[in-house]
Amino acid sequence: MPSSPLLPKLMKAHGVSRRSFMKYCASLTSLMALPPAMAPRVAHALETAPRPSVIWLSFQECTGCTEAITRSSAPSLEELIFDSISLDYHHTLQAASGAAAEHAREEAMREHYGKYLVIVDGSIPLDEPGYSAIAGISNLDMLKETAEGAAAIVSVGTCAAYGGLPQANPNPTGAGAVSDIIKDKPIINVPGCPPIPMVMTAVLAHYLTFGIPDLDELGRPKAFFAESIHDRCYRRPFYDKGLFAEGFDDEGARAGWCLYKLGCKGPTTKSVCATVKWNDGTSFPIEAGHGCLGCTEPDFWDNGGFYKPLSAPAGNYRRVGQAAVIAGVAAGAGGAYLARKGKADALANHETVDAFTLEKEEKES
Amino acid sequence: MQNISKSGADVVQLKEAVANLPTGNALPILAEIHEALGRLVESGTTAVIDLGSIPFTGGDEKRLQEVLGEGEVNAVLNAMGESFVQETEIPGVWRVDHYDQQGETQSRFIEVTFIPDILRTHREDAVRGHEMLAERLNGKTGADKKGG
Repeated sequence: MPSSPLLPKLMKAHGVSRRSFMKYCASLTSLMALPPAMAPRVAHALETAPRPSVIWLSFQECTGCTEAITRSSAPSLEELIFDSISLDYHHTLQAASGAAAEHAREEAMREHYGKYLVIVDGSIPLDEPGYSAIAGISNLDMLKETAEGAAAIVSVGTCAAYGGLPQANPNPTGAGAVSDIIKDKPIINVPGCPPIPMVMTAVLAHYLTFGIPDLDELGRPKAFFAESIHDRCYRRPFYDKGLFAEGFDDEGARAGWCLYKLGCKGPTTKSVCATVKWNDGTSFPIEAGHGCLGCTEPDFWDNGGFYKPLSAPAGNYRRVGQAAVIAGVAAGAGGAYLARKGKADALANHETVDAFTLEKEEKES
Repeated sequence: MQNISKSGADVVQLKEAVANLPTGNALPILAEIHEALGRLVESGTTAVIDLGSIPFTGGDEKRLQEVLGEGEVNAVLNAMGESFVQETEIPGVWRVDHYDQQGETQSRFIEVTFIPDILRTHREDAVRGHEMLAERLNGKTGADKKGG
């Protein structure tokens, strides 16, 4: 596989001017929360970065993360950057299947040992590896085998980063995150259900240009996960004035007041949804009139219900989180502790749930 | 129909309400611009301030606009979406707003400089222009072909 820079050739082929590229780099620098003076360095690094080999592994997931990053309505420089990597294995996108596909993965691993980047979406079943397998190889074995020669791993989506929906109570497959299994490689968590496409590309661009970005205690790049959605929400002034919607169709909702009382998780959720937005910058959930679900946070699915205000008593997750903060758990250990506690609780409380039970609970709540 | 128009009026009301609520961040930005302009005059040092890096509402934008005003130069770039480059009434202080192809804001900057870098022709583009002109003079391209 070629490893020479491809971006300049792609830009020329698509008739992208230097001015357009510099404009993109200025916006990318802003998005990565780097000082504006760094824009020329970002441009230079993007142009000269060698084309990395990327192996994309999809485990227990819904393909939403891949859909998000590949589904862009207009040709953009983000796409060109995505095109400029050498995507050597992605079983959803590649034409090859079965043994031929696995051969491509093994060949990429052999040729670029120690240098390739692994992107993972989906969680990994740990109770019984046979719950999810590709070409007869369990997810667990494939992850361990592929991670061995990786330079770094990017866990894309909340499932790969923290277990996500497959790990939700009662966690029938014993789903775990990449970081629960791989301990000896740098792991960048890009959570979200799915993550914002531009954030995924920007993390990739950061890796290409300046290496591993600064990460928070949950392994997320600080540039995109340092502030809560609440901090940047356009409805924040209503919160500050104590003006809340009490129902989805009341006067407050129509006036665009804060959705805190309707269960919005914006105050405890870190992401750039409110500024970068979704669907080519159209809007984000709160702008569409629905509270934030908190999808970039661990255990968001079990976090006390989507329509209960944060001030209402919640499940174990929030209590454990507060205890961890109060105890001053060292950076990085908090996330792992929460993951372990969540899994232990799920296993201890293992209970069967059917649609009838869920419906009953919904009515009672 | 009534519901639709009511909903439309609500959206307008909401947008106006949000647009007029300043965070108070315009004042420190203006002080930073003043200091940067001093450095430009003294030593030629340029500065770029990223307006996306702090909470900045429509009310703050209004305050900034009131103080800086509109200057002599007003350029529109068409480079993968529009960009508006305007010199303010304070010479040396430029407003640079980048939009994508859908018209959504990508980034917003205040540049304190004699000329924003994005306005000048870059060498790589001039090289491409040199080749294009040669092709046109040689009659290789019938219809003029515009680059992206």
